[in-house]
Amino acid sequence: MKISNESKKILFVEDESALQTTFGNMLTKQGYEIIKAMDGKTGLELAREKKPDLILLDLILPKMDGFGVLKGLKEDEKTKEIPVIILTNLENTGDVQRALELGAMTYLTKANYTLAEILKKIEKILA
Amino acid sequence: MNSKEICDQLNIKKQCQRYGLPLWQCPQFLFLIMGIIIIVIIVVSYLIGMERIDDPQVMILLILVSTSILVIIDYIIVHSFEKLAESTRMKMEFIGIVSHQLRSPVTNLKYALEPLMSGELGETQKEQLDYLAILKQNIDRIQELINDILVVSRIQTGVLNFKKENFSIVDLVEKTIAETKSISLVLNITVNFKKGKNIPNIISDSFWIKQALKNLLDNAIRYQKGKGEVNILLEKRNNNVYLEIKDSGVGIPRADQKYIFQKFFRAKNVLKKQTSGTGLGLFIVKGVIEKLGGKINFSSKENKGSTFWFSLPIKLNKRKQ
Repeated sequence: MKISNESKKILFVEDESALQTTFGNMLTKQGYEIIKAMDGKTGLELAREKKPDLILLDLILPKMDGFGVLKGLKEDEKTKEIPVIILTNLENTGDVQRALELGAMTYLTKANYTLAEILKKIEKILA
Repeated sequence: MNSKEICDQLNIKKQCQRYGLPLWQCPQFLFLIMGIIIIVIIVVSYLIGMERIDDPQVMILLILVSTSILVIIDYIIVHSFEKLAESTRMKMEFIGIVSHQLRSPVTNLKYALEPLMSGELGETQKEQLDYLAILKQNIDRIQELINDILVVSRIQTGVLNFKKENFSIVDLVEKTIAETKSISLVLNITVNFKKGKNIPNIISDSFWIKQALKNLLDNAIRYQKGKGEVNILLEKRNNNVYLEIKDSGVGIPRADQKYIFQKFFRAKNVLKKQTSGTGLGLFIVKGVIEKLGGKINFSSKENKGSTFWFSLPIKLNKRKQ
């Protein structure tokens, strides 16, 4: 498992340092390379620069919100094919719909999923 | 104020949606109705005055005075309604924001606890696991409470959205029973499911119907007097599906029955037995079923048991908000 995941890069755009630690540790243990961004603007820049295989994106972020990041990613030829998982605590149907329309691959509400369940989704997308 | 804002202000339906109130309870709509009543009163007084009062100046003066009084009263009443509706809306918005803010730290706790409990960070001693389990139980409780408060605020502000999908209600009931099996086994409760003939698929929101059913079933299983049974009946009745959940549990005291669908209410006999529980479950169930175009009610006798039932239209015609 670890060997096959080694080359896979995941960009994690999240302003909660606690989540950066828990998710970061979990994904590193699985052999993924984690690129961390604590705000939307940095997230978008790092996506363009590092071209990750997957992006985990929060919606409420400083400097630029998740919708702005998503729009920026999908408008850029270099980043538009990168799958994006929205990982948020917002669960209004309007937000879900907006994110999916903007091109997010899937939308996960943090409160409804365990770490193990989220890991499974990530592995499935990157398989 | 630009033209769009002016149009929005004049759009009574939109204004009422903002308050989460039905049209007939909405301040703007009441203002319009009272305006129409005033115009009718002016016309009627004019017609009566034409016959009975000779001096036209006196008549006009009388009409003007009575109209002014009516307009002032109208304004005061509607303004008070508007203030009430606005304060309710702000309260619910506040609850929504606070709940969202509470969710983040609770989620962080939950995710931090998961690797500790799974043993992937090294072996955990039995006693340590006991304490971690207490943390987990209480994090789950806070999370449940926050989720319930968020749903309540959505129901009350009219922003709870529903999907329209075609699904088997029979499968949904069976799945829900299976999910509660672990609790019913532990508590020694037998759950029986009887279904009528030719139950069609329904077009509604499966997620919320499942939440409502789960809540009712959970109550029926938990509030028992030791060993007992729960009987579920599902039938097609005209254009509706009818679902009944009958238990042999503690029942609801007569004096408490009228409050049972209210927020944060918990019956006295239940409080003595079990102190956990948010008191929001039945309020949410009723809100959800009614917003999906259905009806819900119950009958209960203390120490004999309760029967809750709801009916839902086979086809949800419009999105009720």
